[in-house]
Amino acid sequence: MEFLENRFFLIALTFLCYLGAQRLQRRFGGISLMSPILLSICALIGFLIAADIDYTTYREGGEFIEFWLKPAVVALGVPLYRQLGKIRRQMLPILLAELAGCVVGLVSVVVLAELFGASREVAISLAPKAVTTPIAIEISESTGGIVPLTAAVVVCTGIFGSIAGFKLVSLSRVKSPIAGSLSIGTASHAVGTAAALERGGERYGAFSSLGLTLNGLLTAILSPYILSLMGYTV
Amino acid sequence: MIVQCSVIFAFLAMGELIVWLTGAPVPSSIIGMLLLAMSLKAGWVREQWVDRIADFLLKNLGFFFVPAGVGLMNCLGILRAQWLPIVMATVISTFLIIATTGRVHEIVRHYLSRNRSTKS
Repeated sequence: MEFLENRFFLIALTFLCYLGAQRLQRRFGGISLMSPILLSICALIGFLIAADIDYTTYREGGEFIEFWLKPAVVALGVPLYRQLGKIRRQMLPILLAELAGCVVGLVSVVVLAELFGASREVAISLAPKAVTTPIAIEISESTGGIVPLTAAVVVCTGIFGSIAGFKLVSLSRVKSPIAGSLSIGTASHAVGTAAALERGGERYGAFSSLGLTLNGLLTAILSPYILSLMGYTV
Repeated sequence: MIVQCSVIFAFLAMGELIVWLTGAPVPSSIIGMLLLAMSLKAGWVREQWVDRIADFLLKNLGFFFVPAGVGLMNCLGILRAQWLPIVMATVISTFLIIATTGRVHEIVRHYLSRNRSTKS
């Protein structure tokens, strides 16, 4: 069974799982729970547990896929550039919205987690859940969170944002597409942005990537102060 | 494709360089993204040098997150013990972020445009 630990096999399996999940989603279109990301993650975890392969071994193949995350984030500069004119005209509303979203997000997730009975360590690990993985990991590490938990919750938050983001926008009675896509990027980083790009096109994608950038920067700067103001020793 | 990859990786490398020089706690990819947008604006980089790879990468953005998500299997223990607070906090907080960001943006924009129209 050692072949199952071959990294090229694991890469191929990841592609095939995603392909299968995409097919399923297309066939049962409309059922938004069928996120290909979520489905393929579940299928892969199921397979790895059944085949008794640990995550470190999977990572030897998986890191070659994860590698493309960084260039993909750089590529977000293209839609951002195409919308620069609009962004400049709305600088003040965008900045204030981001500041409010960042603070509300940080405080609410920690308070709610403790309210529902999470340990302090888990609550701190959730604090940077809205921002993109590399920033979130950095924050979790420096504030004393559980880094693998943060990484996993970040991806899940992104998937949740990509599935439910547009519904949450209309539920909050936010009407302008710019405000909506900005908030999806703020709440669910690049995974939410991918959904915004897919469903709304370039303009949505640009404002969503602006949201993920600004919230990433603000969260990196503010979270140590906000957590210590809330009485956590960081 | 070589031109397209060169541009993307050159900007990523510039981001890495800035992080290495300044020790800033910001990912190199975000710095690279901002530099790329600015360079396109300034005309140092032409859009047709990056459009095809950007299109490819952004269309498949979700897929690149799958291996990180598989990392969930490493915290199944914590998740089993504390799944309720984790799920509730994440879901409600995500909703609050979307509502706050969206509403504040709309309200400030509305207020500014009304101010502008009363002035003129």
